[in-house]
Amino acid sequence: MRPFHRRFGRYSASLEPAEASLIADLVDQVRQLLAGRRAEAPSDPLAQLTGMTLGPDSKPTDPAVARLLPDFHAEDAQLSSGLRVLHEPELIAAKDAAAVKLLDSLPRGGGPVRLDDDAAQAWIAALNDVRLALGVRLEITEDDTPPPGVDDTEGPQAAMYATYRWLSAVQDSLVSAMLDG
Amino acid sequence: MADVGGSVRISAVGSAVGSGVGIDLEMGIGARSGAVMTAPAPERTGSTGTVVAPDVPWVTIVWNDPVNLMSYVTLVFQKLLGHPRPKAEALMLDVHHKGRATVSSGPREKMEADVAKLQAAGLWATMARDS
Repeated sequence: MRPFHRRFGRYSASLEPAEASLIADLVDQVRQLLAGRRAEAPSDPLAQLTGMTLGPDSKPTDPAVARLLPDFHAEDAQLSSGLRVLHEPELIAAKDAAAVKLLDSLPRGGGPVRLDDDAAQAWIAALNDVRLALGVRLEITEDDTPPPGVDDTEGPQAAMYATYRWLSAVQDSLVSAMLDG
Repeated sequence: MADVGGSVRISAVGSAVGSGVGIDLEMGIGARSGAVMTAPAPERTGSTGTVVAPDVPWVTIVWNDPVNLMSYVTLVFQKLLGHPRPKAEALMLDVHHKGRATVSSGPREKMEADVAKLQAAGLWATMARDS
């Protein structure tokens, strides 16, 4: 991969074919996690009539989905539940829209990536959601400290952690270009 | 927060990425409940951060987490909350070093909107009545 840099008002990078399909696969998996959560929403005939979409009133049981959709209040469970019903559908929609925008601007077979501001914004948000989900699966709990199980370099945790760190570098290169822009 | 800061070389990870190892988020290697997202202990709000206006009843708090990049959090504070770069960086460092920071304050509806925006961007944001 050639990291992101800003040129003529656009953010450019280049991806190897395997890198592009890895990003597509992981972003798609986050979309599936969110779609699974969306399917848990109650189907309320009145809400459907009024065009209002309501979310579930309890937090997701999958810790990765729970990290993507946190409570609104740290202590007040009742308030969090009410705000989740109101806001979760729009949060899922925003995350899904970012994921779709990334996939639309990703060269599936690898090659040059060129992003305008809007697409760059979507990329950093969608890559972040993948990293958040991976972070939960890897049980990353300390800043800048390798999680358990990654010492076995042949194991699945090590491969996942390498992917996580690579995605961190990709995201950071785009964020840095945007901060300097 | 995590700091990439030169410790990760993009080109160097190509071998791991290209090795054909499948990463399955759905399967959830070692997925245990709530390892990362435990509810924080009750604490007084409004004691940290620098943007709390007097007599404003609600605040938005961002909590430290080990995944979000320091550079990303700074950019989100600039783009989504409209803070200038120095303020965005100071708030990001507050989150990093103190574990959390109050990043905006105002009426409840405005804080709901701020929390939603920040959560959509992946930050761990909550709202609280200022006390």
